Amino acid sequence: MAGDLPRDGLVAVVKRDCPTCVMAAPILGVLARQGGLTVYTQDDPSFPEILADRVDDRTLDVSHQLRIEVVPTLIRFEGGREIGRTYGWDRGEWERLSGIVGLGADLPEVRPGCGAKNVEPGVLERLKIRFNETGLKSRRIEIGSDEDEHEAMFARGWSDGLPLVPPTEERVLRMLDGTARDPQEVLGLVPPDLAPATIEKIGVNAVMAGCKPEYLSVVLAAVEAVLEEEFAMHGVLATTMFVGPVVVVNGPVRRRIGMNSNGNALGQGNRANAAIGRALQLVIRNIGGGRPQEVDRATLGNPGKYTYCFAEDEEGSSWEPLAVERGVQPGRSAVTVFAGFGLQGIVDQKSRDPESLSRSFAGSLKAIHNVKSAPSCDALLVVCPEHHRTFKDAGWTKARLYEELYRLCEIPGDELVAGTQGMAEGGPPSLAGKTVNKFRPGGLMIVHAGGDAGMFSGIIGGWSAGGPRGSLPITKELES
Amino acid sequence: MTVLLDPTSERSPTIRPRLPRPEHLDGLTIGILDIAKPRGDVFLHRLGERLAERGIAVRHYAKPTNTRVAPLPLRQQIAAEVDLVVEGLSD
Repeated sequence: MAGDLPRDGLVAVVKRDCPTCVMAAPILGVLARQGGLTVYTQDDPSFPEILADRVDDRTLDVSHQLRIEVVPTLIRFEGGREIGRTYGWDRGEWERLSGIVGLGADLPEVRPGCGAKNVEPGVLERLKIRFNETGLKSRRIEIGSDEDEHEAMFARGWSDGLPLVPPTEERVLRMLDGTARDPQEVLGLVPPDLAPATIEKIGVNAVMAGCKPEYLSVVLAAVEAVLEEEFAMHGVLATTMFVGPVVVVNGPVRRRIGMNSNGNALGQGNRANAAIGRALQLVIRNIGGGRPQEVDRATLGNPGKYTYCFAEDEEGSSWEPLAVERGVQPGRSAVTVFAGFGLQGIVDQKSRDPESLSRSFAGSLKAIHNVKSAPSCDALLVVCPEHHRTFKDAGWTKARLYEELYRLCEIPGDELVAGTQGMAEGGPPSLAGKTVNKFRPGGLMIVHAGGDAGMFSGIIGGWSAGGPRGSLPITKELES
Repeated sequence: MTVLLDPTSERSPTIRPRLPRPEHLDGLTIGILDIAKPRGDVFLHRLGERLAERGIAVRHYAKPTNTRVAPLPLRQQIAAEVDLVVEGLSD
């Protein structure tokens, strides 16, 4: 620490790299001649040269303790207590605090100061850590200087198989700046261990996943969504089937944080898409203790269990966004989580009218899980721009497409009976003579995403236990 | 030296020994839990019949869905009413 603060008198905090401090330096000379002035300098211990004595505060300890935000700051102490403070140059205020009239007659009346060094990004976090003011409750794990921190994280089982960003206190503090919520707020219990998901623990995992602080509100909404009872996260994790949480993001946050809803929207290459989905998976792994070949019993899993998050292309669509369709007000940001897997492509380069294209879609939709399976899982249909154009030009709303697809996904029960068509798979003989829909009512969701070129839409299949007895998609608005 | 924050729930798992297996089933009540997997009820019903033929008391229980853990009241009821549980874990 740069010396004890005086019990009585004036304290000034300055830096050379501040034109207002440089301008006010002669005034500090005047105050020093009156006695009772201590000047702390943040960057250059020789500044201001006009003074015989300055206190070097390059460690910024005093500045931090005094909660300086702007330089110059002038503070009056009396009996060890602060009784007045002003910042920047303000002749009236400096005169009031110093009790001297006629200060800086040649200076402007007022001139704003500059940001103090102790509150610069990165610096403030280090000071909070040094003064033990972070409020972070997570256990501190010391990695020895001879240890490779990346290997240490792998060794502790924190990784999904890929390298992680080391969750240092500084990084976690910066991450938590991404929300105004209390770091100790619990969003729910993460299965399978049913361990509390505090915002702090989610923040630690978001750092490891590679998130920026501005992604955190999306991660929090996604975590809240999968922890809703109706999503059945325990079952989604524990099932032998392929599924994991798929996150669809709607609203202004998509563009604010630079998410990809266009070319390769479901692929690699966009940090926000990749890191948000990964953070959700790391929360399940590390907070919930859900790991493959333990409670995660997936036979094959799917590559989306590393990360599966994308934004809907709302700007290029004539349809209402998924979140709006599910009750969120237009202009608000939200996530929708769906227990889904993989991507089954629908290649249709010849349909030029919506009737033909919807039949194409339905044909592919009816094949999910097994052509002999109905009612089957829920599904998320990702319509690409060129296919969307065909519907738009013909005046088909999204509601119309839903209606047609449900109608086209009616299947004669005779085709579904076990053993027919030379396949043992299928339903009971009682299906014969009936008509069965591939989907439960509400079991289809449609979003618009993808690049401008290519007549390639996609189906994200769901869990066989869809619907109220299994997993229901959940939409959560982001907390501002 | 780098200091990292623990991303886990920081739980220390408690290792609890399994209850000893009973020497015999005489006088015990066996619970049969159907977790609602397809045809699990068929298998478990037959198992119940075979046990009953041996004069063993059997009680049947069912989870509402296999996708979720058993509701707490059901778990408490089973724990209170039987000595052993047989559960069908898959179809």
